[in-house]
Amino acid sequence: MAIREETPLVDADVIAKVLAKGRATGAEFSEIYIEDKRSTSAALDDGKVEQVTSGRDRGAGIRVVAGETTGFAHTSDLSERGLLAAAEAAAAAAKQGDGGVHTIALQQLLRHPVNNVRVNPGDVPKASKVELLNRANAAARSVDGAIVQVSAGYGDSFKRILVANSDGVFSADDQVRTLFRVSVVASGDGGMQTGYDSLGHTIGFELFDDNDVEEMALRAAKQAIVKLKARPAPSGALPVVIKQGSGGVLFHEACGHGLEADLVGKGASVYRGKMGELVASPLVTLIDDGTMSGEWGAIGIDDEGHPSQRNVLIENGILTDYMWDFLRARKENRRQSGNGRRQSYADLPMVRMTNTFVTNGTEDPDDIVRATEHGVYVAKLGGGSVDTASGDFVFGMVEAYLIENGEITEPLRESNLIGNGPQVLKDIDLLGNDFAMGNPGTCGKDGQGVPVGDGQPTLRVKSMTIGGTAA
Amino acid sequence: MSTTVPDLQAMVDRVVAQASKGEQIEAYVSRGGETAVRVYEGEVEHFVSAQSEGIGIRVIKDGRTGFAYAGTLDASAIAEVLADARDNVAFGTPDEYAGLAEPDGVPQIPQKFWDDDLAAYSTEGKIALTKELETLTLGMDSRVRVEESNYDDGWGEVAVATTTGIRESGRGNSCYVSVSTLADDGDETQTGYGFSVADSPQEFKLSKAAREAADRATRLLGAIKPPSKRTTVVLDPFVTSQFLSVLSSTLNGENVAKGRSFFADKLGEAVADPRITLVDDPTNPKAYTATDIDGEGLAARRNVLIENGVLKIFVQSSYSARRNNTKSTGNATRGGFAGTPGVGCIAMQLQPGTLSQEELIKGVDDGVWIQMVQGLHSGVNPISGDFSTGASGMLIRNGAIAEPVREFTIASTLQRMLLDIVAIGGDVDWLPSRAAGLTLVIRDVTMSGQ
Repeated sequence: MAIREETPLVDADVIAKVLAKGRATGAEFSEIYIEDKRSTSAALDDGKVEQVTSGRDRGAGIRVVAGETTGFAHTSDLSERGLLAAAEAAAAAAKQGDGGVHTIALQQLLRHPVNNVRVNPGDVPKASKVELLNRANAAARSVDGAIVQVSAGYGDSFKRILVANSDGVFSADDQVRTLFRVSVVASGDGGMQTGYDSLGHTIGFELFDDNDVEEMALRAAKQAIVKLKARPAPSGALPVVIKQGSGGVLFHEACGHGLEADLVGKGASVYRGKMGELVASPLVTLIDDGTMSGEWGAIGIDDEGHPSQRNVLIENGILTDYMWDFLRARKENRRQSGNGRRQSYADLPMVRMTNTFVTNGTEDPDDIVRATEHGVYVAKLGGGSVDTASGDFVFGMVEAYLIENGEITEPLRESNLIGNGPQVLKDIDLLGNDFAMGNPGTCGKDGQGVPVGDGQPTLRVKSMTIGGTAA
Repeated sequence: MSTTVPDLQAMVDRVVAQASKGEQIEAYVSRGGETAVRVYEGEVEHFVSAQSEGIGIRVIKDGRTGFAYAGTLDASAIAEVLADARDNVAFGTPDEYAGLAEPDGVPQIPQKFWDDDLAAYSTEGKIALTKELETLTLGMDSRVRVEESNYDDGWGEVAVATTTGIRESGRGNSCYVSVSTLADDGDETQTGYGFSVADSPQEFKLSKAAREAADRATRLLGAIKPPSKRTTVVLDPFVTSQFLSVLSSTLNGENVAKGRSFFADKLGEAVADPRITLVDDPTNPKAYTATDIDGEGLAARRNVLIENGVLKIFVQSSYSARRNNTKSTGNATRGGFAGTPGVGCIAMQLQPGTLSQEELIKGVDDGVWIQMVQGLHSGVNPISGDFSTGASGMLIRNGAIAEPVREFTIASTLQRMLLDIVAIGGDVDWLPSRAAGLTLVIRDVTMSGQ
């Protein structure tokens, strides 16, 4: 992966023609999103580097809005002819109309400088990337003879995007992401267990100057080993303490999705009509922040060309704002919030989170555990999902322990936790002072995946249903 | 599939012809298009019309593998992809089992994958159909709103060639409609969905999709959180399909070879209730994922994985087969041009029983009918077998449907659930999934609620 082009992806005069073509049938808005992405990944499994992969994805998506209707077409042909054909298709999809002539004046928007890449991964020899995999493999296997399998993955991408629209927006951004993951299988008398750790930032290969892949591998291996002795998780409602930086997904599911303006606008969110109301414990201040330099969900501009922002969604328990993209903000006659994102040029943008987190409280995290007579301590959460209309959500615990008499004791087998968003937010009764961001995530919505970050200090929910099997 | 797309076939043939001595090359290209119509409150919310194409090239030399892809088919990009794949070879670890599939003489079973009516279906027709689905759904119940009504179709053409003599190309198209619902009662909102899959637009069952979407949402209004206890679950066909999909990774020959399946040493043993026979059969034209070739270009075939509860075979690609000292079962899978083949079940189906869902529920004294599960990706670990998912549905009391329940989990282990199956429905539903659905009754599952 090398950055070979320094010239714009497409000339500005071609873009202006394409946008005008998009409005030629009478639509009031047209937009072009152009992407050129190069990626490198390498995978190790079963002791062998199975494969290094080089990838190239390049194309443009053209969106035309007429009234309540959006027309969309995409193409991998970035020639003037290809782009005009796509614009015509998008315009036809949006409306059969007046045939008016439109001229577009483009104006460059500033991007938020979230990518401060020191070492472009494209300049790093593939051999150095592969070496990380071998080091992680050796480290994980050195922990214990019970480690029977290790897989590791490295990935980097360089994505250059250009967004322009008929309102005059003209923005570009270079987005770099570097990722590493390790998963481990341990085998014991009670069967097999797994361990996992991952690391990802919007920075370059310098990621590995400050982070040791061997330490990641050791954490994953120890997690699997500990779980060999795990007992079935409890079944039923208990207090749950969630370790710093491991449970941001709780907020992502419990309220993040429900605060996306597209879902709110369709009445498909349990948080609709709740602006200005107390929707969470007064301890909770929830922020979505695309400007957090280096974090996995950081973006200089969103995929509609607007600079990323820091948006306070819940302040001291009170709902202060939803997240907005262009279309939903236009409908409500307000500003978008830098949350219009898409998986690729082949997808329509919609309201998405960036880095979503809860700010610090005041408790000593150890005191939170000590204050809990009988409960569950979650050291690492897995994925989750939510039904935004009812507010019911689940998330998995991949490393968890019992709390007995204020102490962390035995490891528990994996299970899901289930709760209702508004209730769980109100049930947060202790919030620590040890804020940390968590692992890189991919958020899925309507079939599209986008990179997101999350974070929180250690906290307690006074009651959640643990989906285990032990009475 | 033979060579029905000449220009793509020629393209992969040209790549493969560039192989030098000692080099194995596989080229895979695809090209396709899609239409997506979404209607909301009687208006078209979006209309997407798009085309995509791309190529993936795998090069193997001295047991080392390199791969590269690009989302375009222009000649200079293809040359760059081949160069990148060759460059990547040097970084792979030599693997004595690495290699491409070789023709194995198993004949393909012809099926119909292309529908001319669908290919010619007008834009106006698609929009009218999507609006009709919304209207029908709203008409089912006054408490129901429609969040979105969708029509989606797609067509695709693929070609693959290898230096080992694989040469295949073919094309297909398909369409489906789906509707998401919201049902309100005071402050409470519940959600539902319905869909219909068809080979041709005339075959959609819009009323059925609308009815199911309305019922799923309204049925849950007033649902309570149930008490925690061990109980019998009756899985709706859609849920059974998801359960089988999760199970598929335990039957995967590559996972077996790499020590990631708890079934690794269980061939020939009873792993499920004797009523269970599980086949993977992409040659069955009713299966949504039916195909005539697998991801490496070998003929797809019918494989019996579990017969009367006994584990018979694992599914294999040519790579996993070499590692396991057996033959490919035609189960190489491929996500598209951007990836190399993996191994997996393609079209799973449980041999159906004879009873309807209603009859099965009559046979349950105390249980819960599971209409939906949530969090299969976060609460199920196919390596350890731990199974825990969020769920919603209806309680069953004395063989009759009782009150609705939500915000609870069901949990067991995959190993136990297979052995604890007590009844299998005759209500096979060919869902848009790699596993067909039917009603399944499993005892001794932990329900966690209050």
